[in-house]
Amino acid sequence: MKRVTLALTLALAAGLAAQAADAQTLKTIKDRGMLSCGVSQGLPGFSSPDDKGNWTGLDVDLCRAIAGAIFNDATKVKYVPLSAKDRFTALQSGEIDVLSRNTTWTISRDTSLGANFTGVTYYDGQGFMVKKSLKVNSALELNSASVCVQTGTTTEQNLADYFKANNMKYEVIAFGTNDETVKAYEAGRCDVFTTDQSGLYANRLKLANPNDHMVLPEIISKEPLGPMVRHGDDQWFDIVKWTLFALVTTEELGVTSKNVDEKAKLENPELKRVLGSDGNFGEQLGLTKDWVVRIVKAVGNYGEVFDRNVGAGSPLAINRGLNNLWNKGGLQYAPPIR
Amino acid sequence: MSTEARKPPAQIALKIRRVLGGKAGWNGVAVQFAFAAILGWIGYEIVSNARANLENQHIAAGFGFLRNNAGFDVNQTLISYTGSDTFLRVFVVGLLNTLVVSVVGIFFATVIGFIVALCRLSPNWLLSRVGEIYVEIIRNLPLLFQILFWYLAVLAALPNPRQSISLLGFAFISNRGLVIPRPIGEGGFEPFLAMLALGIVAAIALRIYARRALFQRGQMIRIWPYVLGLVFGLPLASILVFGLPFTFEMPQLKGFNFAGGSRIIPEFVALTLALSTYTAAFIAEIVRAGILSVHSGQMEAGSSLGLSRGTTLRLIVVPQAMRVIVPPLTNQYLNLTKNSSLAVAIGYPDLVSVFAGTSLSQTGQAIEIIAMTMGVYLMISLLTSAVMSVYGWRVSRSLGA
Repeated sequence: MKRVTLALTLALAAGLAAQAADAQTLKTIKDRGMLSCGVSQGLPGFSSPDDKGNWTGLDVDLCRAIAGAIFNDATKVKYVPLSAKDRFTALQSGEIDVLSRNTTWTISRDTSLGANFTGVTYYDGQGFMVKKSLKVNSALELNSASVCVQTGTTTEQNLADYFKANNMKYEVIAFGTNDETVKAYEAGRCDVFTTDQSGLYANRLKLANPNDHMVLPEIISKEPLGPMVRHGDDQWFDIVKWTLFALVTTEELGVTSKNVDEKAKLENPELKRVLGSDGNFGEQLGLTKDWVVRIVKAVGNYGEVFDRNVGAGSPLAINRGLNNLWNKGGLQYAPPIR
Repeated sequence: MSTEARKPPAQIALKIRRVLGGKAGWNGVAVQFAFAAILGWIGYEIVSNARANLENQHIAAGFGFLRNNAGFDVNQTLISYTGSDTFLRVFVVGLLNTLVVSVVGIFFATVIGFIVALCRLSPNWLLSRVGEIYVEIIRNLPLLFQILFWYLAVLAALPNPRQSISLLGFAFISNRGLVIPRPIGEGGFEPFLAMLALGIVAAIALRIYARRALFQRGQMIRIWPYVLGLVFGLPLASILVFGLPFTFEMPQLKGFNFAGGSRIIPEFVALTLALSTYTAAFIAEIVRAGILSVHSGQMEAGSSLGLSRGTTLRLIVVPQAMRVIVPPLTNQYLNLTKNSSLAVAIGYPDLVSVFAGTSLSQTGQAIEIIAMTMGVYLMISLLTSAVMSVYGWRVSRSLGA
């Protein structure tokens, strides 16, 4: 872990020159023939490799969508697994083109890291998981508990704030990776495991007896998770931002990976604009006219991506909740494509 | 040193030419300066380039972040620390945690290492085989694996706090660590400390006196009864006069965990165990090599003087062996300190974990933080090796005299 940070830091110190001058990320990616995408080291539902080594998940699908828009081939992505603390350095040093790794959007990250968030792929919040045998029903009963947490996350600070605000004592044990944290929780080193609620459900599946553990109802923070890109290349920023908007817009319009070809033939003015037979929005982004069609063919619309990875169609079975479309009681909203 | 003939004092210019230029004379000096200038220029380019680009990309730079609030907690702190303290304090907390695990680890590694070495050298077949097996197994397994083994083994073997093992009702062992009563200073605390210090100083003075008596007049003085009296008697007397120096705060099971008392966390135990047993295997071989390097005639000479085996080892063989032992032993001490950075794997809050880990990702200032962390390890290592050099110099001086 230390070596990785060190190497990245040295790369950052010595190699920044090339990156700053060369802001043409899209061109670099096309020349390379691959999108380099920073993902987690394994968080089911968001980014984790399956038994054949293929990466799947919500965060992974965003990268696949971008690759689809650029190359019309969702497989042209190189995944770089990163620990929580190495992720920003990897982005700054140019090792990856986009960081799609369940990263919480905060003001300090947006302003001091030389990188920008492009949107919110998943609205999350921090929660707690405990063993059912502890007979705890609320996070407010956790006074004097030991809490396992992954180091280098906003989780650690939220945790400190929450226990302080509620005048409770606790002991924090911080581990380098998600797997080490879960292992220590399972070994009984701590009473409580805390991370984003989606992560709790995902990690519960990794435990020997998932049903012996429960997620407490309290959500103690806002955790809008989203992708990040480097400062200094607005075109690339726009591409990543609008890839997500395209996913949301297509869900809103009922365009899915199955019916996209038929929808493209319809004489509906909005569909024609979005799917590229009218206007040249894709070309203005630096992509092709049919960029939205390519995206939907690569991964489907936002609803399909959600269901497949974390929603009803996945083992996690998380409700849409805040991640539903704006007109269905959620927060997912995309500016119009026109 | 003493065998070298004294040379006439050279003029400064000639000295520079000799030191820097060697056989090449002034040309050599010029080459040296040009080389140093190029190195300096490369360094300057790297730093200024990185600075300019950090600025271009609006990445925060500089050490101002050290004054910001950290906002996260740490589970083992030797100084008082809360989430509302600064990153600078986090740095100190992490540094102290690294130092404490290194110092304790070095102590136990040395003790275990010497014992294992003596086992291997022992004429007893079983003891020497046990020593050999220990060395061959421990030093051939990767350290990270051993740390994880100790951590998971320690955790798996221990019950949860509610079923904790009680030691005589005042100390408790569970998978949250060892909880012991915490001493709290009372009225008699200062006189107690003063008496204890006085006793120790007097005992040291007595020993110096006894050694001098032995070396100058050949007189053996039995000092240990007086030493015992001074070190234990004086503080005891202060307790009788001034009352108890401290009372104990007893740990009590409250909710999930023990409240009150002092706690040694299992991460610390696992890390210390792994580091000291691992390094001890190397130290054992170094010590064995050192002792074997002393000619066996020395042992025989000792016994012909009527000294016991233990005394011969202590007074004749080990001091001569130390000359061979100290330099590689220093390496092992340095290795142990640097290896303690593997702590992050088991959640022990050392410098790398809390500062180069958590603080780095909270602030994103990788260059500053990694530079500070590297600087700290460099300082610790240089200090350790300086101390060991002084010790080695003293050992060889006393032998040379």
